[in-house]
Amino acid sequence: MPNRTPLYDCHIAAGGRVIDFAGWEMPVQYTGILDEHRAVREAVGMFDISHMGEFLVRGATGEAWLEGLLTNRVAKLSPGEAQYTLMLNERGGVIDDLIIYRLGPDEFLLVVNAAKIDEDAAWLQKHLVDGVEFRNVSAEFSAVAVQGPKARDVYASVFGTELPPERNRVLSVSFQGSSGYVVTTGYTGEDGFEIIVPNAAAAVLWNALLAAGVKPCGLGARDTLRLEMGYPLNGSDLSPDRTPLEAGLGFFVDLEKGDFIGREVLAGQKAQGVPARLAGIVVTEKSPPLRSHYPVFVDGAQVSETTSGALSPSLGYGIAMAYLPSGFAKPGQPVEIEVRGKRYSGSVAKKPFYKKS
Amino acid sequence: MNVPDDLKYAQTHEWIRAEGDIGIVGVTDHAQEELSDVVFVELPEVGKVVAAGETAAVVESVKAASDIYSPVSGEIVEVNAALQNDPGLINTSPFESGWIFKLKISDPSQLEALKSPEAYREQIS
Repeated sequence: MPNRTPLYDCHIAAGGRVIDFAGWEMPVQYTGILDEHRAVREAVGMFDISHMGEFLVRGATGEAWLEGLLTNRVAKLSPGEAQYTLMLNERGGVIDDLIIYRLGPDEFLLVVNAAKIDEDAAWLQKHLVDGVEFRNVSAEFSAVAVQGPKARDVYASVFGTELPPERNRVLSVSFQGSSGYVVTTGYTGEDGFEIIVPNAAAAVLWNALLAAGVKPCGLGARDTLRLEMGYPLNGSDLSPDRTPLEAGLGFFVDLEKGDFIGREVLAGQKAQGVPARLAGIVVTEKSPPLRSHYPVFVDGAQVSETTSGALSPSLGYGIAMAYLPSGFAKPGQPVEIEVRGKRYSGSVAKKPFYKKS
Repeated sequence: MNVPDDLKYAQTHEWIRAEGDIGIVGVTDHAQEELSDVVFVELPEVGKVVAAGETAAVVESVKAASDIYSPVSGEIVEVNAALQNDPGLINTSPFESGWIFKLKISDPSQLEALKSPEAYREQIS
């Protein structure tokens, strides 16, 4: 039996087309992926992200415990700040990518991928130490991401106050008598915010945003938007067999902060160089939309396959990501991508694919 | 949902309009709505011989690639080149300017095995 978020009825009412995603019945689109993609780039759209997981960590040694399990330096965060980070296995491979929010000196919120809630929670429980309280509150909270250049205006009209100007902030809010969190993070490359509220407040929140003119958007647009930014999706672009250095996420890895699970492997890769890198690829001729698992060729020999791909709605051409042997992972490197037996010319490109003009 | 009365339909949501021994093939209004934004069409080569039920074209939306099956056997005699620059014609005009290919029907009796408009309406209701 698939899970439904507390917003399921809202999706049906808004004409959402529901598909299975990681065991959840989620809207893939309402009016159409292109239409929703454009709304987020040009105005404002919202996504139900209630399927994502929320963990709370409390305790005087919480920071030290998390430092040993995550790649980025937790100590950099002051209360009210957030950072993107990764949780690795002993081989340095990615278990999950997540955002950690520091709610107070000894209190943290972790937001993790829906497909990884159980695995992440089991991993954290397994490594739990005395003095740290860990709670998986995923089933109690719903969340909505509001993204787009007009997100700030929407926030002001719905909440009657200004959104913090900085990205990666978290603040506690009260909405309809329930307490929740507003965070200035997102997965689209646009300005915006995400609101995490108790399940009982979710539909009221959704309807208030709808009334403020925010367009409901599904997982289809969420995927094209994140891919245009070159943001990885765990399970497609990240895996237990690839390190964050191979994925090009070295910025979120702090090898100087002390030991953490997977650190040794990353330090070795840093010294010796990574064998492969997650490269951005653009096609330079008319082609079908790129998708995952399409073969990638260099000089006539297959060297890899795509991990994600799309026909970029904003750019109008095919974009993809693939782990390429490091020698080929340089911008300008010619490649070919095979679609149904036909090869199309492309080249390695810098990420993000899409830059705001 | 538009289901024109002068066409025959396949279970797999293609339509065919027979004009003499030539059949014009496209996808139904129902199919285009299910596919949503069509962004690419891979057309068959003229001269290719296809069997009934065989993949003749591929229609891609943002989210997925879908095979288009020939409702009857025959030889492809013409393709709708306009779809190369404007694949969205399949969404905006599935039964007219969004047609996909024409074929020379090799066995007209296969048309009898296809669905009537009533039967297809029943299928998608």
